[in-house]
Parts: sequence; C-alpha cells; structure tokens
Amino acid sequence: MENKTVTADQTTNEPVKGYVHSIETFGSVDGPGIRYVAFLQGCHMRCQYCHNPDTWKLNVGDEMTTDEILADAAKYRKFWGKTGGITVSGGESLVQIDFILELFEKAKAMNISTCLDTSGQPFTREQPFFGKFERLMEVTDISLVDIKHINSAEHKKLTQYGNENILDMIQYMAQHHDDMWIRHVLVPQRTDYDKYLTELGDYIAKIPNNVVQKVEVLPYHTLGVKKYHEMKIKYRLEGIDSPTPERVANAEKLLHTADYTGYKKWMPLPKL
Amino acid sequence: MITFDKTTTPKAWKGFKGGHWQEEINIRDFIQQNFTQYNGDESFLVGPTAATKTLNDKVLALKKKEREAGGVLDADTKVVSTITSHGPGYIEKDLEKIVGLQTDKPLKRAFMPFGGIRMADDALKSYGFTPDEENDKIFNDYRKTHNQGVFDVYTPDMRKARHYKIVTGLPDAYARGRIIPDLPRVAVYGIDRLMAEKANDFAHIGDGELTDKVIQLREEVQEQYRALNDMKKMAASYGYDISKPAETAQEAVQWMYFGYLAAIKTQNGAAMSVGRIDTTMDIFIQRDLDNGVIDETQAQEIIDQFVMKLRMVRFIRTEEYNALFSGDPIWATLSMGGVGLDGRHHITKTAFRILKTLDNMGAAPEPNITILWTSNLPEDFQRYATEVSIDSSTIQYENDDLMRVQWGTDYYGIACCVSAQPVADGIQYFGARANLAKAILYTINGGKDEIAEAQVGPAYEPITSEYIDYDEFMKKFDKMMDWLADVYVNSLNAIHYMHDKYYYEAAEMALKDTNLDRTFATGISGLSHAADSISAIKYGHVKVIRDEKGIAVDFKADNDYPRYGNNDDRVDDIAKWLVKELYTKMNTHHLYRGAKLSTSVLTITSNVVYGKNTGTTPNGRQKGEPFSPGANPAYGAEKNGALASLLSTAKIPYRYATDGISNTFGVTPNTLGHDMESRKDTLVNMLNGYMDNDGMHLNINVFNKATLIDAQKHPEEYPTLTVRVSGYCVYFADLTKEQQDDVISRTFFETM
Repeated sequence: MENKTVTADQTTNEPVKGYVHSIETFGSVDGPGIRYVAFLQGCHMRCQYCHNPDTWKLNVGDEMTTDEILADAAKYRKFWGKTGGITVSGGESLVQIDFILELFEKAKAMNISTCLDTSGQPFTREQPFFGKFERLMEVTDISLVDIKHINSAEHKKLTQYGNENILDMIQYMAQHHDDMWIRHVLVPQRTDYDKYLTELGDYIAKIPNNVVQKVEVLPYHTLGVKKYHEMKIKYRLEGIDSPTPERVANAEKLLHTADYTGYKKWMPLPKL
Repeated sequence: MITFDKTTTPKAWKGFKGGHWQEEINIRDFIQQNFTQYNGDESFLVGPTAATKTLNDKVLALKKKEREAGGVLDADTKVVSTITSHGPGYIEKDLEKIVGLQTDKPLKRAFMPFGGIRMADDALKSYGFTPDEENDKIFNDYRKTHNQGVFDVYTPDMRKARHYKIVTGLPDAYARGRIIPDLPRVAVYGIDRLMAEKANDFAHIGDGELTDKVIQLREEVQEQYRALNDMKKMAASYGYDISKPAETAQEAVQWMYFGYLAAIKTQNGAAMSVGRIDTTMDIFIQRDLDNGVIDETQAQEIIDQFVMKLRMVRFIRTEEYNALFSGDPIWATLSMGGVGLDGRHHITKTAFRILKTLDNMGAAPEPNITILWTSNLPEDFQRYATEVSIDSSTIQYENDDLMRVQWGTDYYGIACCVSAQPVADGIQYFGARANLAKAILYTINGGKDEIAEAQVGPAYEPITSEYIDYDEFMKKFDKMMDWLADVYVNSLNAIHYMHDKYYYEAAEMALKDTNLDRTFATGISGLSHAADSISAIKYGHVKVIRDEKGIAVDFKADNDYPRYGNNDDRVDDIAKWLVKELYTKMNTHHLYRGAKLSTSVLTITSNVVYGKNTGTTPNGRQKGEPFSPGANPAYGAEKNGALASLLSTAKIPYRYATDGISNTFGVTPNTLGHDMESRKDTLVNMLNGYMDNDGMHLNINVFNKATLIDAQKHPEEYPTLTVRVSGYCVYFADLTKEQQDDVISRTFFETM
C-alpha cells in the first residue's frame, strides 16, 4: 500500500476549524428541502438591511471542526428526504473557504447534499482563492446567490462594495453548469425601483445554461433592528417599512420569478 | 337469550368476501378481506350538499348562541341519561342523513350523575341551572355514585397528594373514558348477532367455581347484554332496526353512530373515542358505489353528516374541570391510516373524505382527527393531510410503526388524545398524571409543599446546604419518587375498583371482546422542567434561596447547563431516566385487575394548571408559570431549531410510555416554505423524519403569532380558528385567557 499522499498531507493536517455563529437544524427556506444550516461567523460587507449584525465580526464564535459539524448534521439525515442536506450560510460563508471546502468534500463523501449560501463578495479569480473556489464548486450541489443590487454604484452604497466580482462569480458558476437560486432583498428606497429591477430581471434571464433553478424576492423586514439596538450600532434604515404586497408582486413580475421552476424537480446529483 | 344461526349468510353481506369474520366477531378480518386501498390524490373529492350546508349553518348558529350564553345552551336537570332515556332529537329531521342526539334537542346537555352527584350538581350550578331535588335525594340517599365510593376508601395520604396537586386530574368524580367501542361490529353484524355471541360468552365464564373474578365478569356481561338490547330500542325510536346488519353505506354509518351514541348517552368520559371506523365505512361505501346505489356526492354527504354529529357532542363540566381541559373537549378521537401487518397501507378514499369534512364544513376541534403515520403511507395522502394541517391546524399525527409493533396488531385506535388501544380486545384505565417537577421541590423541601408550606409528602430530611449537592439530591429524590409512585398508583387502584362497581361502561364493553387486555395508565407532567432542573443541579452549580421558614423559593445556577430540547444526550438521558425510573417504581405495585402498567408524557391543557400550582423550579421556571405541554422542551430552552427539539422528544422510550409521548409543534407558514407546495414537502419530510426516528406523536399548528394575538382581541372575527394543544384540538376562542396566553407564548419556530 502506498501511503505517500497521507504522509505528504500530514505536514499540513491540522484540522481546519471554522468559526460558527449558530446552527439551525430545521432550515426549510435555505435551499432545497429541509436543511441543516451552519451559519458561519464573519462578513466584510455592511449591508444596510443586514438582520444579523452579530455575524459580522471575523474569527470569533464557536470553533468547530468539519467532522464535528458533519457528525451533528448526520443525526438529521432522516428528515432530509430526497432533496435536503446541509447548507452553509453566514455571515458570508466564503470568508472561510478553507473550512467549507473541507466540509463539503467530506459531506459529498458521506452522500450528503451540499448547498452554499453566499453573496459572492470574497470571490476573485486570483490565487489562492480561485483554485479553492474551483474545487469547492465541484462539491457544491447548489448555491443560493444573493444579488444585493444590480447597479454597482448602488451596490457600493448599500454594502460598501461594488458588485463586479459577484456578477463574475455568477458567470463562472453558469459556465461550469453549477445550479443556483438567485435571491434579491426588496428594500423600499434602496432596491425597490422598477428601473433596477428590470435591469436585474434582464441580467438573470441572460445567465446561460439554465442553471437558475429559482428566483426569489425576499421582502425586507425589521426583525433585525432589535439586534442593532442591543449592539449599539446605528441602524441606517430607521423609518423604512417592509415593502407592500403589491410592490413584492411587482418585483416578482419584473424578475420573472414564475419562469424559474427548475427547483420543483431539482435533485442533487452525486458528484464525480 | 337469543341464539344466532351461523349457517345462514345475511343478505346484507352480499358482495363481501367471506372469512373468519363470518364465523366469529372479527372486524379486523372483515377489513382485511374487503378493503380497497386508494393511492390517488384528492381530486375525486366533492363539496357539501345543500342539505349538509343548511344543517351545518344551523349547527354553527347554535354554537354561536351557546358561546354567547356563556358556554352552555341548555341542560337537562331532571332526566338521568341512559341509552333510552330521551326520545329522538333532530337538527332538522328531513335533511338529516345520519340521525341521533344525546338528548331530545341539539347541544342540550344530559344529566349524568353516576360519576358523582356533587360534580353533576356543581356543573349545573356553574352555568346557572338549579339541580333537581329529587335527583339529589336519589343519588345522595339511595344510590351511591363512583365519587362517593372512591372517597370512602381514599387514605389521608391520597387526599393530601390530591389536594396539594402533586397528583391532579384523577377520574374520581367523572367517567374515566378511554374505552374504544368496536363500532363497526354494529354495522357488520347487527345487534342480534352481538347479543347471541355475548350470551355464548356468558355461558363459558369460569369453570363453575364462583370466584370474585367470575362473579364480576358474569355481572358485567349481563349488563352488556342489556345495553345491546337498549341500543336496539334507542335506534327503533329513530325508526331504524339495528338488530340486523347494515345493508347500505348510509345504514352502516348510522349503525356505527348509534353504537357511539349509546356510549355518550351513558358515559361522560374524559375521552370518548370513536376509534377506527374509516376502513369499515369505506367498504360499505365502495360496495354501494360499485352497485350504483350512491354516487360520490352522496358518499361525502354521509361522511359530512356523521362528522357533524361528532362535532355536536357535549358534556356539562365543572369550572375546575374546564380549567384543566378547556374548550369543551370530549376527544371524539377518530384515527385512520396506518399500515397493516401484511404491509398494505390502510388509506382508502374515505380517509380522504373524512379530511374533506374540514373543508366542507369549516375547521372544528372535534372529531380529534389522528393520522396513524408512517413514511410508507402513499405520498398523495401524506401531502393532502399536510395541506389540511397547514390550512386548519386540526390534525395530529402518531407513529404507526411504533404502535403496531408495541400492541401487536394493526387494528388499534387512539383511545384518548394520544393513547393507542387494540380495538377488539384492549381497554385502558385512565390515570391522569403526577407532577414530577413538584416532586423535585418536595425532595429539596423535605416533603413540604413549596406553596402551601404544609407537610404533604413524607417528612424526609430536606436539603439544607447553600448549593445543592447532586449526589445528595439524587439519593433523596429516589425516596420521594418511591412515595409518589406508591400514593399515585394506589389512588388509581381505588378509582378503577369503584368505577367498575358504580359506573361500569356497559355500552362500550358490549362492543368489545368479553376477555380483555387491560392497561393501567399513569402519566407524568413537568418532565422538561424536572429534567432541566436535575441537569442544572448536576452541571450548573445551583444555589438555593430560601424563605424565613426554610422553604426553597428560588434558585440560581452559576454555570450554564444542558437543557432538554437540543438533542444533547447529557440532559436527554435524564429525561429518559425519569420516565423509566418512575415507571419501574410504579410497576412494583399491585395493579387493579391484572392490568399492565403504562405511562404517558402528555398534559393536554393541564400544563397551565400544573404550572400554576408549582413553585419556582431549579431550571429557572418561575412560580406559577405554565409547564411546557406534554413532552415539549421548556419554553426558550431550544437553541438549535425544531429538529433538534423533536429528536430530544423522540428519545423518550415508547416501550415505557405506551400511553403516549406528546409533542406540540407550532410553526409559521413562512418557516415551512414560501409556497404551498414547498410547505407540504417540508411537513411531509419532517413527519417522515420524526417518525423514522421513533418520535411518537406530533400536533402541528401552522399560523402566525400575530394571528393569535389578534384572535385574542377580536374573538368574534375568528370563530373557527382552531389550535392543537397537547393531544387535542380546540377553538382558540374557547380557551381561558391564561391558556390563550400560554399558547401565544409557546415556542414558535420562525425564520427571520
């Protein structure tokens, strides 16, 4: 028996630890089916409407190994049916790409379906990130990609970052036939403008290879405000209410959400 | 006595496949030979007929009047209710396909003194009725009731345990209920055949030696025989001859309902279960459909109107009873689904028709629809059931795989809120529950009640140190549990002896086998708080705060500790241990009539009253705060979401708690998914996962907290809003304010 690879790996074989904000065992809107969601700690963006400011800080939270998470997640396997599995969310999950990569590789080996919830902000075609990302996509069944704003300048106002690399990530995924759901948070006075919604709808429609399984409009809500007060951070959307059902319906129309029905029949494929 | 000629086949059986069921009373075999599985979806279902709509509107109007009248529309004070005590009663005779009321008028409550004359009188008085003097004289001076019998023999210890509410809800002043009559017998065989079989049984009791046992059973079978004869008379007053088997679907349903009516005219049990009737009904309906006797509209009409009758069952209760079990529940539990021992599922079109009644006549708490669930039920049925749950929150789900194995038969029903019972030959002696959270406080306080400060339990050495030492606590707790098991089981021995003597369920027993397997039900309340309290003592370094008399009134845990509801074995094992340990201790005692012990972790709405009467517990639950219901984790204990919570509950061993382990699950629609199809997917997967992990029971409530808050303010706008509480379903508007608050503050799983 050759043990060369084992030896080679041992030099760097410190178990990767992730910083975990919290675990939700019953995620049913975080990807296909019922999913075990690990919310990772840390995010660079500062979205004005973020409802989890407690997940911003890097390198804090519960330290967990991938084995620990998978052992815990596997307890819920019987709830997952044909489509469920695990989802990594955040914070911004890609901030801890080394951790997710190991987690997803091991998950696929256990025949657990993997879902990546990301806003794409850390994405870059530069190394070493890009190589890891390419490997990550090979073990990711589906991604939930949040497009915060289609206009880069507006994106920057909203999140402190432009969106060029995010849209680039979506193109990369599409070219590699990586399935995704697109999500867009509808915020009055921020994203709820017909002009931008139309633009975003057109952009999504042009994503190649039919990878978009579902498009969701998520109405902004104010449930996160309490946390800002607790953490004594200024809340920048004070006075802005949730969008009306009419505006939500309008956004759904402009994004053509009804056209994306792939999710109804979607099943995770075993990756080669 | 009547003899039955077994050589002739009744005309009514034409078209049925023969089997053992013709030679002997054997409904299971009748079903096995004749039922038609249905694997399709709900698209065949039809709406209500004009007659059903008219009748339903009348019933709804009466219910509105009833609520406006303070809960009771009318009550009999004079006539003592028996199978034949009242002449026929109708809603509107010409429109009714299924007839029969408890008294001569709809929603008029019957006078039922045999459980206890004082209770019956108190119930009348609390709704402004004047008890009848002559009845008072009869039942006080000439004819003893069950309640009097029990109190004649209670020991001082039992009276104290009851008074200070470490055991509560004992059926010592009302009927114990929980006996499922095998109603299909009336339809399949007719009363004459059943009487002939009972006569035959009677002739073969014992070997001629008249022991106590033989004498008791001979007397009981005579009473059953008489009850059967009375059922014929009662049916005749409605113009039906039920001496012979039913010939049509309408007759079959009507015959079964007459059997049920006999039960509810004679017993005001805590639970008056309907049992498992859907497959038998379907067999008769399918035969009529095949022969062109009826069409789908008529089939649905029969089912709708039968269910309408179940929605009208009423008993008059005292205020104390209503505080425990609020909203006028009678647990007309109707269980359906499941998979047979041969692997065939038992979903028929009639299972769909029964669910459809919630759409045709609006949501209602009764009958208490229970789906015997397994992941092997057909997917279309699973999805339809969950859709009904999402729309109406009226269904409970129980694990068929667990129950079928435990009880060794596929012909079982749910006898109460949650408890399984073989329909043909099993009965249960209902036993309320003991308060384990209070037992923990008694341990710390040396048997003194923490609220009344009276010596209730034995005066063992209290815990006097500032911080509770785990080993010392466990040693003392063991002794306190011994005492609790003793006083509890022996109270029940007294109760069931007297119930058989003074309030025997002749009508229900007449529709069961003569030789029965009996279970001796007990129950546990406050399990989550007891488990979390012990966990706090073990891991949390708990300091005791005492009042000037040395009674522990508050606790402070220095460290964080594991809490039940997070799928954490460190504390879930404590909950498991508590159930097994109390069971084992109770099982050392004599159990009435050779019954087999069972226990339960279900509280119905009594979690509110139990909590009200229990001081602050070491897990930080404040004095008077409601317990979590059934086997649910304590409010706010869950940190990892709903499935972790469900898996904690699923660990409670059903082998011990064969009386049921109840979990009440509340969730907002948006947490289940963003559209109906995804919500159904989520619930189906969740139920399959829970049951495949040995979860026993699940109530599912789907609504927003805001809806409940609004319904509390404007009840008139939500007359049919129903919620599932531990083991049953209730109109939200009929709950007490405290219970409404409890339901609102319960854990709701929601996403942001």
